This record gives sequence, structure tokens and C-alpha cells, in this order.
Amino acid sequence: MDLELMINSFPKLLNAAVITLKLLSVSLIIGLFIGLFFAILRLNKNIFINRFAYGYSYVFRGTPLLVQIFIIYFGLGQIEYLRSTVLWVILKEPYWCAIIAFALNTGAYTSEILRSAFQTIKPGIIEAGKSLGISSKVIFYKIQIPIAIRQSLPAYGNEIILMMKGTSLASTVTIMDLTGVAKYIISTTFKPIEVFIVAGGIYLFMTFIIHNVIKFLEKKYSFN
Amino acid sequence: MMNKFKKIIFSVLFSLLIIGNVNADKIKIGTEGAYPPWNSKDASGKLIGFEVELAYTLCRYIGQQCEIVEQDWDGMIPALIMRKFDAIMAGMSITAERQKAISFSQGYADEVASLAVMKGSDLEGMDTPEGINLTLGGSGVKKTLKTLTGALAGKTVCTQTATIHQNFLESGDVGKINLRTYKTQDEVNLDLASGRCDVALAAAVAFTDYAEKSGKPVVLVGPTFSGGAFGNGVGVGIRKDDTELLKAFNKAIEKARKNGDISRIATKWFGFDASM
Repeated sequence: MDLELMINSFPKLLNAAVITLKLLSVSLIIGLFIGLFFAILRLNKNIFINRFAYGYSYVFRGTPLLVQIFIIYFGLGQIEYLRSTVLWVILKEPYWCAIIAFALNTGAYTSEILRSAFQTIKPGIIEAGKSLGISSKVIFYKIQIPIAIRQSLPAYGNEIILMMKGTSLASTVTIMDLTGVAKYIISTTFKPIEVFIVAGGIYLFMTFIIHNVIKFLEKKYSFN
Repeated sequence: MMNKFKKIIFSVLFSLLIIGNVNADKIKIGTEGAYPPWNSKDASGKLIGFEVELAYTLCRYIGQQCEIVEQDWDGMIPALIMRKFDAIMAGMSITAERQKAISFSQGYADEVASLAVMKGSDLEGMDTPEGINLTLGGSGVKKTLKTLTGALAGKTVCTQTATIHQNFLESGDVGKINLRTYKTQDEVNLDLASGRCDVALAAAVAFTDYAEKSGKPVVLVGPTFSGGAFGNGVGVGIRKDDTELLKAFNKAIEKARKNGDISRIATKWFGFDASM
């Protein structure tokens, strides 16, 4: 064990963890909106809209995240027509390609989490709102959405942790995130165990924080 | 009942041990399989290339059976140290940095590095000599590096990770550039063609091979590079404590060179004699 290397690489890896957190937070925010949008589509009675939303979540939950990143980064880069459009400004950057892939992926999972949360809302609650003369729009925004969000907290906490680990795939498209920098240090020191232990420790610490924040929120918004 | 179960488990483990031992006296050689023409894979996934053919030739001289195994480039040296295989033949240049971790046999081949761009790039037609040797130095080299520093400023330069090319680009010889590193040369080629990279650095043959096979208008620009950060040729990487194997490889390379085997195989794969 090369303790000196572990201590020396720690600040570099900590810096890289900031990139990881940036990737995570931006894709989670975008993914949450995508997820909410598609969860609402899933609840729609129109079979085409419903199937479309189901198809989206089926495709993105049914394929590996790595494949999705590669298709968006290397795949779309091969289409010559695309390179002459405005879209290329975004797709040219590895950072945005990773964000798009992560957001679409977490969006698919989030839509399923939220959909099942909507479906667990007891009809009695909605009926109670109706009997008080509240419009169904207000019931949806002020009653159904808050309850659904509370119901989905445990599952969504899991999704955040999964996504945090998923961001390590950003290193495959040249982004210097926590895993990317770890690999870089290994490429010059040839000592993978020491560096990956430190990197793994940082990931574990981030999981610890996320886990506890979610636990706190669960307690704060519990129904009892 | 429990006894029978134990017997089955034991016999399975025992037979695995025997199977494992059958391979024990083979020399395992690690290669990347993604750096043509040095080493690559054919359509059926079989490892081919200059080093694959040379490895079998060297093993014949050593008088032992060989097995060639595939390993990702960025984990090559750690995998050797962790005994996943006994030798590296993967277009790995002999550099002082790598020699801190492993030993190298004498070099068996050498070949220059070059920058490449897509046709129509503004880097085409750079005014530089044909080739520079960083070890020799001199005013010509200094002037060329200065020209390159100016030309590459603000450009996205791409290269494979953990290579001599990355070392050179990070050495400061060409100033501060926007460097991007990739896991494989294939990915560098893809992003050069897509326009994400303004310019790429690798072995010159890696680009000519790609241009030929893909039909993409990839052109070499600037001088060819050797010496300095580019190392002293390509050799067989071997664990430091494996002195016997190192001796055996050195002898085999000596013999293969004398008999003209290395030249012959190199000419077959590179189109010119890259042996040394």
C-alpha cells in the first residue's frame, strides 16, 4: 500500500468529485421534469399518449446507460447532417452529451417511480377534495403531486444514489469526473488499488450524505 | 448426504485446479487488440497484427508455448504487475516513466508519431521540417516546437490515454492546449472524423491505417516525432522480478532479428521495415 500516493491523490480526486456532483445535480433536475412530464402522460387515458410514454421508459430502462451514452456521443457524432445543424453546438461537447444521456435515463426511472406513486393515492383523498368543491386542477397540483412526491421519496432516493454511481460512465466520453481523474492518476502511477480505494471512499461518502438527506426528508414529511 | 455434497464440491474444485495447471507453463502475453497495425482483431474477433505474429515467433525461439490475452490499454501495466499475464506486447514504447514500474526487453520495433487532421483544416500546410528528434534537440527542434505551440493554441487536441503521445502533449513543449484523452485509438479516430477534435496525435501508421480502412480524409500534418517523451522504441514489458523471462525474450529478439524475422513481419504489417 502506497499511503503517500493515497494522500497526494485525495485533493485531486476531491476536486474531480465536484464535476461528478455537477453532472449529477444538473441531470437530476432535468430528469425530474422529464419524469414528471412522462408520469402524467402515463396516467393519460388516451392509448397513444400512454403507449408513447411507456415506450420511452421501456427503451431507457431496458438498455444499459453506457450504451445510451455511446449512442448519443459517438453515434450521433457520425451523422453528417447533424453536424451542420445548431444541435451540434450542444452535441459537440462531451459534457452535454453525458447530461442528455443521464437526464433521459433518470427521467425514465423517475417517470415510473412517480406513476406508481400517483396510483397509490387513495381515491378517498381526491373525493374529499371534490366534495369540498375544489377544482380538479387544484386537486392535482396541491394534493396529488405533493402526496406523490412524498410517496416516491424512498424509491427516488435510491434512484439518486444509482445515478450518482452512473455518472462514473462520463469518464468514457473524456470527461474528467471522479472516475476519470482516478484513471488518469493510475495511468501515470500504475497503482490502481490505492487510487480506486480513495475514489471509492469519496463515492461512499457522497452516498452517505444523499442517504441521510433523503431519510431526513422522509421523516419531515411523514404522514404520522 | 452432506458428505456426498462435500465430495462433489471437492472434486469440482480439484478438477478446476488441474485445468488451471495445464496452462501454467505457457507464457501469457497481454496485448490490446485495438491498435492496428501493431495489434488488432479481425472480423471474427481473432487477435491479429504485427505483434501477435511476432509473439508466436519469439515464443518459438524461446521454446515455450504462448497464449495471447486481451487487455484494455489503460490497465495494461497494472494487469502485468498483478500477474494476469507475464509479458506485454502492445506497441508499448520504452520510457523512463514506465521503467519505474516494469522492465523492458530490448526494442523490437520503432515507428514515428504524427499529428493528424481532417482534410480542409487550417492546420494543413504547417511550415515545419519533415521530422524532429526531441532527444537530439537543437535550434531546429526549438523552432518547430514554437511553430507548433502557435498552431495548436486554443485547439482541441485528442489522444489515447496513458500513451507517450499524452506525455508529450502534457510536457509543455507545445504550450497549453485543450487536451482530450480517450480509452482507445478507435475513439480518437471517431472524434477526429466527427470534428470534436481539431487535431489528434498518435503513431503515424494508426492514422494512415484508419484513413485507408474507413475512406475518411484524414491527413498527417506537421513533423513526425521521435526521441524525448516518445521513448526509445517498442519493447516487451516484463515484471521487474521476472529476470529469467526478460533474458529469454532478449535472446529470442536477438535471434529473430538476425534471421530477418522481425523485418519480414514488420514489412508485412506496416508496409515498411519498422524493426529495430
